Amino acid sequence: MSRLDRTAIVELLGPVVLVVVVGILTTQVSLANQLYFLNALVSVAMVVAIYVFVGNSGVLSFGQISFVAVGAFSSGVMTIPLESKQGVLTDLFPILRDHTLGNVPSLILAAAVGGVLALLVGLPLMRLSGLAAGIATFAVLEITNNLLTEWNKIGPGATTLSLIPESTGAFQAVVGVLITIVIAFAYQRSRFGRMLRASREDAAAAAAVGVNVHRQRLWAFTLSGALAGFAGALYVHMLGSITTDEVYLDLTFLTLAMLVFGGTTSLWGAVVGALAVSGLDSFFSQAEQGINIGFKLTVPQGTTLVLLGGIMATMLILRPSGITGGREFSLPRLPLRRPTSKQ
Amino acid sequence: VNALAAPVLGGINAQVVVDAIGLGATYALMAVGIGLVFGVLRLINFAYGQLIMAGAYTLAYTSSWPLVWSIAACFAVVIALSLVMERLVFRPLREQSPTVMLVTTFAISFFLQSIALLIDVRDGTIGQPVSSLVSLNVPVTIAGVDIRKVTIVAIVIAVGALGLLALLLGRTEIGLRTRAAAADFRTARMLGVNANQVIGLAVVLSGALAAAVALILTVQSPLVTPDFALQDTIIVLVGVVVGGIDRLWTATLGGFAIGFTTGIVNGALPTDNTVYLPSIVFALVIGVLLLRPAGLFVRGRSSVVDRV
Repeated sequence: MSRLDRTAIVELLGPVVLVVVVGILTTQVSLANQLYFLNALVSVAMVVAIYVFVGNSGVLSFGQISFVAVGAFSSGVMTIPLESKQGVLTDLFPILRDHTLGNVPSLILAAAVGGVLALLVGLPLMRLSGLAAGIATFAVLEITNNLLTEWNKIGPGATTLSLIPESTGAFQAVVGVLITIVIAFAYQRSRFGRMLRASREDAAAAAAVGVNVHRQRLWAFTLSGALAGFAGALYVHMLGSITTDEVYLDLTFLTLAMLVFGGTTSLWGAVVGALAVSGLDSFFSQAEQGINIGFKLTVPQGTTLVLLGGIMATMLILRPSGITGGREFSLPRLPLRRPTSKQ
Repeated sequence: VNALAAPVLGGINAQVVVDAIGLGATYALMAVGIGLVFGVLRLINFAYGQLIMAGAYTLAYTSSWPLVWSIAACFAVVIALSLVMERLVFRPLREQSPTVMLVTTFAISFFLQSIALLIDVRDGTIGQPVSSLVSLNVPVTIAGVDIRKVTIVAIVIAVGALGLLALLLGRTEIGLRTRAAAADFRTARMLGVNANQVIGLAVVLSGALAAAVALILTVQSPLVTPDFALQDTIIVLVGVVVGGIDRLWTATLGGFAIGFTTGIVNGALPTDNTVYLPSIVFALVIGVLLLRPAGLFVRGRSSVVDRV
């Protein structure tokens, strides 16, 4: 096996092993704590989805959470049992109201809806770059949220969508996240991924050697949208009920902060960032109730958000390239063996 | 029926236009505050709304003071907070990429909001009312159009502040230095412009504008909450980029334009469709960005690399 392949396998194994370990831990902790672990795993799926576009292209997007939102709502609406759906969501389009899907088809549907929407939105938007691109994707988030909140024909509107089967346990979360990671990894090592990463480093130079920057961005945006929709479906099946506010600004900022916290330019960074920030969040939430870490630690109510915001800001100021420095996972280097002669 | 108050086109009448100008003027002030800091630091300060929020809380907690002292406290707190923000956050970030800067200011925004929440909930409820300025919320009738006093105040403050700013930037030496730094920071430094001085000036001015906006917004919505001015800041940030963030005046026009457009569209929409106002405004934003990515009010084309 060549040296390159070995590096690639290690790069993929790092995030995979980490996710599996978190998954195993999820099954070992108390039911109350399980939700924290599941939440962390689903965050990984979302952040990796965002990374596929933002990390590989270097173009900031605030819009990926809108694909999480449509994924969550399409999957949620389609899995509510028929009898309760027809009673509660009477205003839905008949095709949505009178049909229902199983768990796995609903996950696939969410990915498809997210991907198609991202493709449609990306067609015009991917011609933009820099701040204009960031603001335009933000406008997409605002429009998606506005329509989902107000239009009763496609969803619950401003009310809570509930009675969704809670199928995202440890197994579904881990498998879902692993699928996301493997797809993201395969993409970034593919021809398309490499062309896009080249354009991230120097858009003009990449264009000069024949990379169609807009088209490469569009593919990544679409793939990222599909993965985001899928992550949204995992999310909604973890929560069991959801409002449009839960997949809006706060989640956008939190997931972007996770990505930057971990290191924007690597898959490893996306995974580590999501797990680290979720971990901090859970730890402080627990500490508000009182937590035993050798001694009894109790922090006042409401300090979780202050500490979380403070730590994220401090981290970003002191180490702006993230925990991983934007590098992929690698094993600690062994002392170099100097090849004396070619064999 | 008064002719001026009658509908002209859809629901648009003189009343709607005046309100839209008032909103535009407020957003223009915020746009200047954001644009000034962007000019010298290349940093979009997402936490700008939290400066306004801090000012609004100061007004709320000093409601029992004499009005002048309360307003003075508001300016003092906001300017001090923006200087602290510059020293602790902006300065270490100077060499970083725009993404890192923007996401860091998100974190700061989040941080300040959660601190505000912590302070606010001590009395058991969320939200503090500002009672000292309610008299500005009463309307005066001019030629059949009801104009709230605060709308007049907003327009006067905006025109006055922009006029003073134009004088400061256009007619003084420190203004010249600031403009030079905004045009090309590195070259300006090489030619002897004191970086910390011009940045300090921009930050203080932008803080003072945030305090003025806090005054206007607390009249319009007297209950101050931790997310006060957050939505407005987002809309203004969008407006600033749509207008053209590279120049202060295009950014300001962008801020005014998005406020004015929001007001007009709101008036023109049938009442049962006003819930879709954000969708319409942001669809317009996308349209403008696609047609003029460098900015609605920017003349000429952007550079080749930027168009990739």
